Amino acid sequence: MARAPEDHDQLDRAFAALADPVRRAIIARLSTGPATVNELAEPFPITVQAVSQHVQVLEQAGLVTRTRQAQRRPVHLDPAALEAVTSWIDSYRLQAERSYRRLDAVLEKLKEEQ
Amino acid sequence: MSSNPTRVTAPDGTPFIEVVREFDAPVGLVFRASTDPGLVAQWLGPRELTMRVIEFDARQGGRYRYVHTAPDGAEYAFRGVFHTVTEPLIIQTFEYEGAPGSVSLETRILDDIGGRTRMRQNAVFPSVAARDEALAAGMEHGITDSMDRLAELLAVGTARPGR
Repeated sequence: MARAPEDHDQLDRAFAALADPVRRAIIARLSTGPATVNELAEPFPITVQAVSQHVQVLEQAGLVTRTRQAQRRPVHLDPAALEAVTSWIDSYRLQAERSYRRLDAVLEKLKEEQ
Repeated sequence: MSSNPTRVTAPDGTPFIEVVREFDAPVGLVFRASTDPGLVAQWLGPRELTMRVIEFDARQGGRYRYVHTAPDGAEYAFRGVFHTVTEPLIIQTFEYEGAPGSVSLETRILDDIGGRTRMRQNAVFPSVAARDEALAAGMEHGITDSMDRLAELLAVGTARPGR
């Protein structure tokens, strides 16, 4: 799959953004639907302001967007951007897994021969 | 047949890819299946591609090279040198010829876990960017992902709050 060079910077930012456990939890929450910063802050023992900063990092990484609905400004997950990050590792894993399944079969054969 | 999960970790901002996988066979057999060229040809590489092992001399200083041919005829060649091949340890270089110069160092160790085997492989790339390229290359084989794996992938252990 071809990628424009600017995508790399975006992906670097996305990877960096996902390095933080609070931001990963925010992403997990948003995967169930949009939420306001106040709603996102509820499960965390940190200030709404701190959560707002995390959301800004995710926004700059292109992983989430915020709509302008007056005061509410709910945060939305951008599934396409997230998939660009997650599918890298996952497809790498699946590819390795397919090889190893065949290695399983080779090993079964070798065990029978013994 | 067993289906032991493959765990891949690629910590952010590092040039590493770690792979852990268990096999229902003793270390000796896994080692043999990883070093005998005839056996390696039976499992290495993506399923939809056919593989030709050009050379596979799994001993210290030996070389390997293999070529995958895609259904559309495109060829993907890989090569490297074995640094250490001493059961239960294999250390080798790895290079995709389509990205020459981006050589990773792979260290693979086979742990005996009660007659079964746990394989741990760590690949170190020359840079974080090269590592990310290698991960991206895995995507070219057309596995489309969905949001369903998100929780597993991000390893978020928390229950999802309701809407």
